[in-house]
Amino acid sequence: MSVGTRAAPATPVAATAVSSRRPGRARLLARGLPVVPAVVLLLLFLAGPIVYCAYIAFTDLQLTGQAHSSFVGFDNFRAAFKDEAFLNAVWLTLVFTVLSSLVGQNTLGLTLAALMQRASKPVRTLVGGIVITAWVLPEVVAGFLLYAFFRREGTLNAILDWLHLPTQNWLFTLPILAVSFANVWRGTAFSMLVYSAALNEIPKEITEAAEVDGAGGWRRMWHITLPMIRRSIGTNLMLNTLQTLSVFGLIWVMTRGGPGNRSQTLPLFMYEQAFQKSMIGYGTAVALLLLVVGALFSVVYMRLLRTEV
Amino acid sequence: MRPTATPLLLATLLTATALSACGSGSGSSPDTVRISFKQSTDNSIRVMDTYLGQMKKEFEKANPGKKVELVPIKAPDSEYYTKLQQMLRSPKTAPDLVYEDTFLINSDITSGYLKPLDAYLDKWPDWDQFIDTAKSAAKAQDGKTYGVPDGTDTRGLWFDKGVFQKAGLPADWQPKSWDEVLSAARTIKRKVPGVVPLNVYTGKPAGEAATMQGFEMLLYGTGDGKTDPMYDAGSKKWITGSQAFKDALTFVETVYKEKLGPDVSDALDPNYGTTVRGELLPKGKIGINLDGSWLPQDWQQGAGHEWPEWSQKLGLAYMPTQHGQAPGKVSMSGGWTWAIPSKAGNPDLAFKFVETMQTKANAQKWYIANSGIAVRKDVASDPAYVQAQPGIKFFTDLVASTHYRPAYPAYPKVSTAVQEAMEGVTTGDSSVDKAASGYDEELKTATDGQVVRK
Repeated sequence: MSVGTRAAPATPVAATAVSSRRPGRARLLARGLPVVPAVVLLLLFLAGPIVYCAYIAFTDLQLTGQAHSSFVGFDNFRAAFKDEAFLNAVWLTLVFTVLSSLVGQNTLGLTLAALMQRASKPVRTLVGGIVITAWVLPEVVAGFLLYAFFRREGTLNAILDWLHLPTQNWLFTLPILAVSFANVWRGTAFSMLVYSAALNEIPKEITEAAEVDGAGGWRRMWHITLPMIRRSIGTNLMLNTLQTLSVFGLIWVMTRGGPGNRSQTLPLFMYEQAFQKSMIGYGTAVALLLLVVGALFSVVYMRLLRTEV
Repeated sequence: MRPTATPLLLATLLTATALSACGSGSGSSPDTVRISFKQSTDNSIRVMDTYLGQMKKEFEKANPGKKVELVPIKAPDSEYYTKLQQMLRSPKTAPDLVYEDTFLINSDITSGYLKPLDAYLDKWPDWDQFIDTAKSAAKAQDGKTYGVPDGTDTRGLWFDKGVFQKAGLPADWQPKSWDEVLSAARTIKRKVPGVVPLNVYTGKPAGEAATMQGFEMLLYGTGDGKTDPMYDAGSKKWITGSQAFKDALTFVETVYKEKLGPDVSDALDPNYGTTVRGELLPKGKIGINLDGSWLPQDWQQGAGHEWPEWSQKLGLAYMPTQHGQAPGKVSMSGGWTWAIPSKAGNPDLAFKFVETMQTKANAQKWYIANSGIAVRKDVASDPAYVQAQPGIKFFTDLVASTHYRPAYPAYPKVSTAVQEAMEGVTTGDSSVDKAASGYDEELKTATDGQVVRK
């Protein structure tokens, strides 16, 4: 009995002591544990290759024709900025991104979303269905479709011919424009969905109030809608741009970066250096520079986002 | 279950799978020999698949308990090399036996991807049957041999007799100079609309086909036919600034500027070679085609584009030298070899498989199946081989006046530089002079400055 009475309070004391000493850590551990595998996976499969890539960019590693690679410092980067083909690729990447992502996908997506706010349900379903189909198609399939559209005996020329308009070989005369259009065709759905969601978030009362005050469509768009979806615009631009910067399959299928180097954007240039000319080190350095281009775009968008509404 | 349990379980499972996937390697057992080869991008052409399937059967029957696993790589040439090199880098992915183009073999040897075969070859009686040039095809600068050639190839002019008849050109056509080739093409252009007068592969999309079937067939036809116009063996340097190079480029420029060749966008289509063999030639849509000896493999029974009457429809002419100077004709040779990766798990078994493929009977079967040119003396002298197919004699005779590429480690990059120069003049983006000086610049980078002006 006495043992029992002496022992009895001991347990709660010990328990409270433990719990008062470690509640935070234990809970932290309990909460953190599930995240551990994810972190390990991220480190292993995401951070690992990136770090390895960054390392390779400073070596002269080749895919073949070389027994040992060595550290070459910034040589690859210096070589890139002296390489006319690289500068050409940077320029084409900017053209491609501005044309297809900033101007094309973004504007067209917003327009479609705005128009569909007012459209009847069947029209909405039909248009949405078509646009999203283009988006769901694998990049390579989309590439082949648009290749068939633009090629010399393709659909576009057939239509132009039927209208008695002059035809031309689009993939040869205007390759960068053709692939930009292809990217707009393929990627607009994403912008459209983002903007549809954003437009739905705008309280009806505000638009109605403006309407009552006599604001026309353009005024409402300019003074109410756009400022209110500003954050979505920023996010959409950023995601679109990053996606567009890394487009490879579409251009590869349609033109392989040709003719000449006239549609060779950075991802294609990188592939050529790394895998066709076997210069993995140089190709990786170009890949890092592509990351920098993406980061620059992101910074610009983030600054745009930060300015007060 | 607490709500966290499910993701936790999932994550653990994922990690476990991922880690075990990393560690399990290729899973090659000591009794399995894994063989990588290039599968045609044209689904209907399965010449090699069929042949290797037969060899697999024969090998497995002769070696009970051993298995052959075929690992086809379906890709155009240039992507095949890339894929292969990536596989060769790691013991986990390296097959036991690979099909290597002589174009790249030196480069891969330098990288340490391949295993010297001398120990095997010394003990292999059949090796004596191989002609000497073939034996040296896969010999590295260290004097060791790294591959067993399964034939070679030569190149020439294929022409459509029907088109020639319409154009009023002779059925036994044999041009004596570049000008005669061009003038025949001009005649076809004038008199037979709707066909490509003269196909010359060009540009980066065509890859090595542009360099070898196109450019080098021209380049090696300049000069005296003895000195190498690309590589100076004496100084071990690559040649820049040569008139021969510009002359060859001028020929390419003329073909595309005068629209004697295919439409530029077709010529720069990466699958144009497949279209030429599979569609254009059988349909009589090409007048003259500068191409390789292997074309009939696509037209045989079971090859997908069966065209047995090709030998009545097409004529063969050798490619002449620039001005018809001695030796009058020019051809380039290459070919493929079977090589064993240095990281192969079962090299002994792999060589055994090579021996199976290279019995006289099997080698002969293969030469005939893929329209290859024999590199074994016993096959070359066998009347069954010579008569097996029209054209075999024509192309085998060209071996006497053929050239081999300077296939040193820098060659693949040099080849790309050639393709870029060709593409420049093909599209009209650059003049011959600009394209040639672009090549000179590229050459310096590609060879680490090992160039000499000639």
